[in-house]
Amino acid sequence: MSYLNVKAKPEIQRPVSNIFIVLSMVVALFLNGLPWEGVWLMLRPDFVALVLLYWCMHKPWRIGIGLSWAMGILADVADASLFGQHALAYTFLAFGGVVLHRRLQMFDLRQQTIQVFGIFALTYAMYALVHWQVNGYVVWLYFLGCLTSTALWAPLSIMFQAMRQKRVDREHHS
Amino acid sequence: MIDSTQSFRFFNRGPSPVVRLVFFAVLSLLLLFVDARFRYLESARSTLSVLLSPIQRLAAVPGALWQQAGDFFITQSTQHQLIAENDSLHLQHQSDAAQLLQLQALQAENQHLRNLVALPLRNEIASQVAEIVYAERDVFQRKVLVNKGASADVQLGQVVMDDEGIVGQITRVYPWLSEVTLITEKDHAVPVQVVRNGLRTIVFGSGDTSQLSLRYMPVGADIQNDDVLVTSGIDGIYPPGIPVAKVIKIERDAAHPFAKVTCLPVAGVDKHRHLLILSSLPKLPDHPATGPVSDADKRAKVRRKS
Repeated sequence: MSYLNVKAKPEIQRPVSNIFIVLSMVVALFLNGLPWEGVWLMLRPDFVALVLLYWCMHKPWRIGIGLSWAMGILADVADASLFGQHALAYTFLAFGGVVLHRRLQMFDLRQQTIQVFGIFALTYAMYALVHWQVNGYVVWLYFLGCLTSTALWAPLSIMFQAMRQKRVDREHHS
Repeated sequence: MIDSTQSFRFFNRGPSPVVRLVFFAVLSLLLLFVDARFRYLESARSTLSVLLSPIQRLAAVPGALWQQAGDFFITQSTQHQLIAENDSLHLQHQSDAAQLLQLQALQAENQHLRNLVALPLRNEIASQVAEIVYAERDVFQRKVLVNKGASADVQLGQVVMDDEGIVGQITRVYPWLSEVTLITEKDHAVPVQVVRNGLRTIVFGSGDTSQLSLRYMPVGADIQNDDVLVTSGIDGIYPPGIPVAKVIKIERDAAHPFAKVTCLPVAGVDKHRHLLILSSLPKLPDHPATGPVSDADKRAKVRRKS
């Protein structure tokens, strides 16, 4: 597949507005909040984590660990999980994204996906670990979400890249 | 603004990622500890939930729309089904109405008799209908959010049921929403009684399936398949006599001290959209101080009370 070889070259980093970032987060919370049930709940990708990781990787000085933590708190309220459970997981997610952002940006999407899988696995593991500590059991099928999240990485990257490109084009034309 | 992806650092960007990671991780752990142990943070949670509620409401729209669309496209065959269902409901209603009349007569008689023997009356339990906004949103938990909250006078610990039996219990109250923990949640306990012989026991949720189990049932206990379990009302939380579960499997193994009893909930725990929230029961007298009280003492106390 040719699009997988598209390099997100660091020298053509496009500017991105705060509104776009905030909107993407709201949409992610919305998607997470859709009434997923049964098997679909197990397969539900964590959209908030995806969007956070994308911004942590592409704009590490604007969306970093602190904001990810805050989004985690919101996700905790939305999912009725323990306070700090998502926050802890997203802190590690953002750390992975921020620390690896230079390396990840040099990769093409296929290589990125492999790296991103590691970060998601860590995030999901943190969440499950906390649950195991507090409640004493783990539902292993929960980790399926990790795979679907990773699978969405490439489409999400391409979509966001295209949306940012369009925005820049429009500004140039006007 | 200088973009951030340059590989040198002109400016001080604040603490390094590792420091931030440690700071926020410790903060999260602290919050986790406080929330899991003491539940101090409920007010913060309800404040934040107000912020999130527009998004949550919006997210509930597609599901409702889907259902409405399904209702709209009623085909010929389903019309026949509806007619048949209507007929059966009509019959059901007639027999129910007759029973209801009897029940009213019995209630009046019961009240009269209770008056005669000066027993406290059984309270009528008020209820309000609530709609599920969200189904379970966490693989680990069996919880739903319903659209009645503190503003509709929902309180912690109130019992939630559908038309057939107990569904769960209110475990968290937000201004406009409240969280219902289903009886199938892992380790959720309901004190019950076997209808056939009045045997008292406790039914536990199993978490990963929609089954319930009876723990600590002696191997020799008098329990059979298809026994119906109803709430015993002993804890003061669940009103007595509401169906909870039906026994479907009993494994008696002499090697273990307890029999393994599996039950299915009577109510459509995972099915309905509308639920009934019962108002709280009258407060029970305080639990007597748990000191070294002998059995004879207890019996004497009971006798004095009655």
